[in-house]
Amino acid sequence: MNEMTTIKTSPKDWETDQEVRWCPGCGDYAILKAVQRTMPELGVRPENTVFVSGIGCSSRFPYYMETYGFHTIHGRAPAIATGVKLANPELDVWIITGDGDALSIGGNHTMHILRRNLDCQILLFNNEIYGLTKGQYSPTSRVGTRSPSTPFGSVDRPATPCAFALGSGARFVARGIDTHKNLPAVLKAAHAHKGASFVEIYQNCIVYNDDVFAPFTEKKAAPESQIWVEHGAPVLFAGGTKGLALDHQNLRLHVVDVVDGDWQGAGVIVHDETNRGLAQMLIDYAPGEGGPVVLGVIYNHPRPTFDRAVVDQNEAAAKGKKPDLQALISKGQTWQVTKEPHAL
Amino acid sequence: MASAARELTPREASAHPAPEAIVVRFAGDSGDGMQLTGGQFTLSTALAGNDLATFPDFPAEIRAPQGTTFGVSAFQINFGSTAIETAGDEPDVLIAMNPAALKTNAPALKPGGLIIADEGEFTPRNLAKAGYADGVNPLHDGSLAKWQVIAFNISQLTMDAVKPFGLGNKEALRCKNMWTLGLALWMFDRPREPIVDWLKGKFAKAPELAEANIAALNAGHAYGETAEIGGPMKQHHIDPAPAEPGLYRTVTGAESISFGLVAGAQLAGLPMFFGGYPITPASAILHHLSRLKEFGVTTFQAEDEIAAIASAIGASYAGSLGVTSSSGPGVALKGEAMGLAIMTELPLVIVNSQRGGPSTGLPTKTEQSDLYQAVYGRNGDAPMPVIAARSPADAFDCAIEACRLATQFMTPVMLLTDGYIANAAEPWKVPDMSGYEPFPVQFKTDPPAEGEVLKPYARDEKLARPWIKPGTPGLLHRIGGIEKQVDTGHIDYAPANHQRMTDIRKEKVDGIANHIPDQQVELGNATGKLVIVGWGSTFGPIHQAVRRARRKGLDVSHVHIRHIWPLPKNLGDLLRGYEKIIVPEMNTGQLKTVLRDQYLVDAQPLNKVSGQPFRIAEIEAAIEAALA
Repeated sequence: MNEMTTIKTSPKDWETDQEVRWCPGCGDYAILKAVQRTMPELGVRPENTVFVSGIGCSSRFPYYMETYGFHTIHGRAPAIATGVKLANPELDVWIITGDGDALSIGGNHTMHILRRNLDCQILLFNNEIYGLTKGQYSPTSRVGTRSPSTPFGSVDRPATPCAFALGSGARFVARGIDTHKNLPAVLKAAHAHKGASFVEIYQNCIVYNDDVFAPFTEKKAAPESQIWVEHGAPVLFAGGTKGLALDHQNLRLHVVDVVDGDWQGAGVIVHDETNRGLAQMLIDYAPGEGGPVVLGVIYNHPRPTFDRAVVDQNEAAAKGKKPDLQALISKGQTWQVTKEPHAL
Repeated sequence: MASAARELTPREASAHPAPEAIVVRFAGDSGDGMQLTGGQFTLSTALAGNDLATFPDFPAEIRAPQGTTFGVSAFQINFGSTAIETAGDEPDVLIAMNPAALKTNAPALKPGGLIIADEGEFTPRNLAKAGYADGVNPLHDGSLAKWQVIAFNISQLTMDAVKPFGLGNKEALRCKNMWTLGLALWMFDRPREPIVDWLKGKFAKAPELAEANIAALNAGHAYGETAEIGGPMKQHHIDPAPAEPGLYRTVTGAESISFGLVAGAQLAGLPMFFGGYPITPASAILHHLSRLKEFGVTTFQAEDEIAAIASAIGASYAGSLGVTSSSGPGVALKGEAMGLAIMTELPLVIVNSQRGGPSTGLPTKTEQSDLYQAVYGRNGDAPMPVIAARSPADAFDCAIEACRLATQFMTPVMLLTDGYIANAAEPWKVPDMSGYEPFPVQFKTDPPAEGEVLKPYARDEKLARPWIKPGTPGLLHRIGGIEKQVDTGHIDYAPANHQRMTDIRKEKVDGIANHIPDQQVELGNATGKLVIVGWGSTFGPIHQAVRRARRKGLDVSHVHIRHIWPLPKNLGDLLRGYEKIIVPEMNTGQLKTVLRDQYLVDAQPLNKVSGQPFRIAEIEAAIEAALA
């Protein structure tokens, strides 16, 4: 994120002339729209914005954003983005990745960009499947997922992206849903956070894993199965009739009924986005397939960024020193030959 | 500062006719500080005005079990009053700090050469650890008869010398290497002052250690001067080597590459971004560059080799000169990312400090076996320029050349060096930077004219595309690893387009041959009976071997190739002018294959993959056999 003056743009200004080539009905379309709708609200300049992606369906994203864009290689977007940001900290860097790209082949880079806290936004489109390679199970697929490579069902346990992020030292962890109206607000918060902002977006793959999130994303199920948290507000859902409370004895969250709006009486907790322990519990809260699932900005607790630290150290170390290359190579133990000492 | 242009002292003038060059090998346990001893001896030798070459030869283990043969660390230096281009075939003097060092290093010693051994370490326990049979002590059983042996208790003499400083046994014995260095300085008439200064600086925070080490150094020197050992232990004087006037310093390849990269970035007018991951023997470049922040150098120790190159590509994309460095196994990991840099046509310098392979191979030993990897080792048709440095000093110019090609042609460039070049030191005449032609980069900043579309893959006369930095208004575009449309860079899988783009990428790199110097003959005639064609760190032994052979009247020339890919334009014709071609390489014949492929010439291999550099005599023998 840069501190330049804000400018006025419209969502249209962020669209390219390239034909969007995702499958009809793919959740990626909704995310693209949400991002293009969010950008004008940030007041940022397209030329100072860089979208970096790896490989996978989601990674085609940069081609459709009228900004600078770099579609790189599988799993390496965080490493490329690190170089981009360190070379020019003024650039506003977005990383677009998927569950396979970020957590399988690129898991190492995801871990390190988060622990370093490079100032950027990381949007992980989680569809729990490998789409581009035609439907193999992914590191977030649930046990038993049948796919071309697991015809009898997958047997390995899935990773939880937000738990991985928090464990790696992320200072901003959020969750959204591709088609949900709250996604732009989550993206705005991610952009406002200085540091690595990790956003997991549940994204429906209509071809290889259709409706895998339907139990909690369907309109009818939403009120009972989506808990949108907000800093300083009680953690309520189901139209305020239910909330999450802390089971002090077992140190875990559980659902309580809220009668007549008396959430205090029901012991409902108030969301504190700077509380890492609470964030861990909210991320882990997964009673079953149908939810409820915790969404929104779960953790937001900034600390100094890597790019700033690098720039500061570069400046401090260079202070008062002249970049005199001739002097540098002439240093150390030297000797002068004044004339040919003697003929051989 | 010492001057090489001094008058001989009367004592020097009356001494025995001095040898032209002497090879000394310091060998001890890896905890004995042999690399340090060798390094300091090198410094005093350089200050005395001799030409020199060194060969640090150490184990991969940080601290192998003490006293074992595989824990032996050695440092060889060849110095003399003539041009020195190799670390020497056979040592004249071996300083062996323990039985294991003697056992592993004596066989290479010149017949009649001198062995100086620390008798105090030749205990039954240490002899057993070195693998000598029970009751056998080589110092006494006559097995060293073809050499001259002087053994005395260096350990005890050191302990005695540092006694006044109240060090514990262990710490006192650590001063052994300085005692030995003192003796060596006496033997070769070297000044002690630079070493004393260096010790004072090194132990500034522990003056008692500085004093103890200085006392050990002085004691070793005094021992040579006063002890009446006689016989082979005598003082040698090696005259300074003739050299072009100017300022000199010693330089290792890792240093000169770091300096050269900084120079290259300056000449291009760019900040440098270096992404690296620790690996032997390449890490020293990361260490050097991380201290040069005032030159606009940002260093980044990445989480792995892939992130190291990927971050460098990202930095190049954002307008810095991206550089990464590694050794063979790490370069293998970077392969896919190199392809991305080739596809997106971004400047990048990749330094490969080669080591013995395959796999982990011989991390601390030298080899030239990554030539195929450099030229061919990527998926797809992925042409990339490759440059090879021949010596520590040459690496400076090669690094600049790599930066020039990368930025002028918008391409990744591989710079090959090796473990030998990286670690070895040699005198370097400090270049005058004003003599280097700048090659400033022009970023594209002008938006397309009204009604025109932006063409990020338009070409200049060298077929290079424009470099557009993010942050530039009016030039928004997307790049990536997918095949791109000619000119616009949009995704395009069309058959004819891929054919065209593949052809352009090849033509661009091939065309670099028009912008590099013609191949010169280093020594000998431009046609003749035999040419020895080398590349990289084999320069020294090849050059000396050809020189010796020519002195004997043999018709042989030396050609040494810096530009491995593309090869210089005139190379094919040049090679065809010789009846025979021999290609000595520290691999199983990689450049040989490239030359055969490119020119259909009968290049014959001469190969060595023992982890040790070629000996002059090995190449000389091949020359004589070929011309017999």
